[in-house]
Amino acid sequence: MKGNQLYLDGVTVMFDGFRALNNLSIIVEPGEMRAVIGPNGAGKTTMMDVITGKTRPTKGTVRFGDHDLTRMDEAAIANLGIGRKFQKPTVFDALTVFENLELALKAPRGPFACLRWALGGAARSRIEQVQDEIGLTARAGDRAAILSHGQRQWLEIGMLLMQDPQLLLVDEPVAGMTDQETEHTAALLRRIAGERSVVVVEHDLEFVRALGQKVTVLHEGTMLSEGAIDHVQNDPRVIEVYLGR
Amino acid sequence: MSATLADPAPSRLRLGLRAATIAVVIALAAMPLLNRLPVDSAFHVSDFLVSITGKWICYAILALAIDLAWGYAGLLSLGHGAFFALGGYAIGMHLMRLIGPRGSYGHPVLPDFMVFLGYTELPFFWWGFQSFPYALFMALFIPGLLAGIVGFLAFRSRITGVYFSIITQAMTYALMLAFFRNDMGLGGNNGFTDFKELLGQPLNTALARSSLFYAALLSLVGVYFLCAYITRSKLGRVLIAIRDAESRVRFLGYSVTQAKLFVFVLSGMIAGLAGALYVPLVGIINPGEFAPTNSIEAVIWVAVGGRGTLIGAALGAFSVNAIKTWLTSVAPDLWLFALGGLFVAVTLLLPRGLLGLVRKGDR
Repeated sequence: MKGNQLYLDGVTVMFDGFRALNNLSIIVEPGEMRAVIGPNGAGKTTMMDVITGKTRPTKGTVRFGDHDLTRMDEAAIANLGIGRKFQKPTVFDALTVFENLELALKAPRGPFACLRWALGGAARSRIEQVQDEIGLTARAGDRAAILSHGQRQWLEIGMLLMQDPQLLLVDEPVAGMTDQETEHTAALLRRIAGERSVVVVEHDLEFVRALGQKVTVLHEGTMLSEGAIDHVQNDPRVIEVYLGR
Repeated sequence: MSATLADPAPSRLRLGLRAATIAVVIALAAMPLLNRLPVDSAFHVSDFLVSITGKWICYAILALAIDLAWGYAGLLSLGHGAFFALGGYAIGMHLMRLIGPRGSYGHPVLPDFMVFLGYTELPFFWWGFQSFPYALFMALFIPGLLAGIVGFLAFRSRITGVYFSIITQAMTYALMLAFFRNDMGLGGNNGFTDFKELLGQPLNTALARSSLFYAALLSLVGVYFLCAYITRSKLGRVLIAIRDAESRVRFLGYSVTQAKLFVFVLSGMIAGLAGALYVPLVGIINPGEFAPTNSIEAVIWVAVGGRGTLIGAALGAFSVNAIKTWLTSVAPDLWLFALGGLFVAVTLLLPRGLLGLVRKGDR
């Protein structure tokens, strides 16, 4: 079942009087891919923090289907089927590529279940399949610490795939990548989107154009404009924020 | 198993290490037997060496407990000496009850210090300690309970790193002050000593001494295999992941609090077991065992041996204590400087400890 709507209404986050998010409302339909852009400090990452339970909103509603995300912790939200990729790739350096994927694989998460866990044939072939998809089969036994920056990004995307989330939140997936890696990543994201909802936060307008999806522009913690990339790029308010002043 | 498809075959060094470990365990097992040889035999092992090795075996169990929490889950506890001491006190209470009317005051039930302090009846928390299984259970349960309470409060509030270390250090210090008080009903300053028997055996016989030695050695081997089973399971990988990137683990849907609590409680119980084995061997337990320096010293054993390696923790306990025994007899004033110097040297030169020299590819 992949049918939950992400619903943010009137969300405000205050940090010491500073409004990181200001009455933000966004709806992402099931299966939709949405790009969120905006200058530095627009509240993109804070929005992700609110959805994944890292930050509690001062005010407003955050729902995923019937679930009130403001009342759940990170682990519970993750188990609900919301996966997150961080801006800075965070994989587990001391573990191998295979072990990183194994940890992300959907399976009981309690300490005792982990203690008794035995890698079955189905799990192994699922891990190998994802390993192949992200192009790291040859590195299966290498520790994540020795991967290149791009490979770490892909490994993290692979871990999200293992979680099989309904909603994927991807924070600046191509920051610091070469052009070739960027292309590969865009293709990877389009392929894994499938029937999932995906929210991609990005700086890079060319990358957003390559994704070819509906775009939301954030500015100073609130929504400035929404629509197709050509529409928002011609919106005078967006032009002012990006170029003006 | 942690071994994945591409896991390299064990290197020659690793096989060598495994063989050396087995050889050391066999040598340890032979010590009480060699002690029975005539004193003029070349293979005779002195009483002193057997008894001090028995102590070190208990320390090695404590080191494994610390390595499980620190080396794998990143929980640097500076209060594990408290769990060790509580385990020791639980067995000490049993040993006190067994003295019975043989005490100086000849009271049939009350230990000497209670008679001296004017107690007329046994405090409720001493009830049941005449039973060995109950005392052994409490030696694991009380440290586990304390670890559970402290861990729950700390992990739920996401207290990590140095703040967690400070809390555990304060915990052992507070317990030391509490146990020094006479009206705690636990022997105050003097603690417990002058034990007579355990499990029907007088403690001053060679048989009792070697039995205690073997109990400690078997426990060390058993605890090692338990820790190895945990660290090689998927839970072990979750713990390593928590150590290296805690918040990422949460976003994967694991409860970091539960995983940490599991390992910290288990670690506290293992430390309690070590204390329970230690007290009958040395014949005394007093509040000095709660001293913060004891806990810090135990952490240094693990750092010297190599954290996150299990074998290294045990090795560190043996080697640092061997140096301590030697140095405190030839130049007692130098010991604390040597300990500090050792810690600095290992941190700077051997960040992965003695075992890091052998196991290059480890995590």
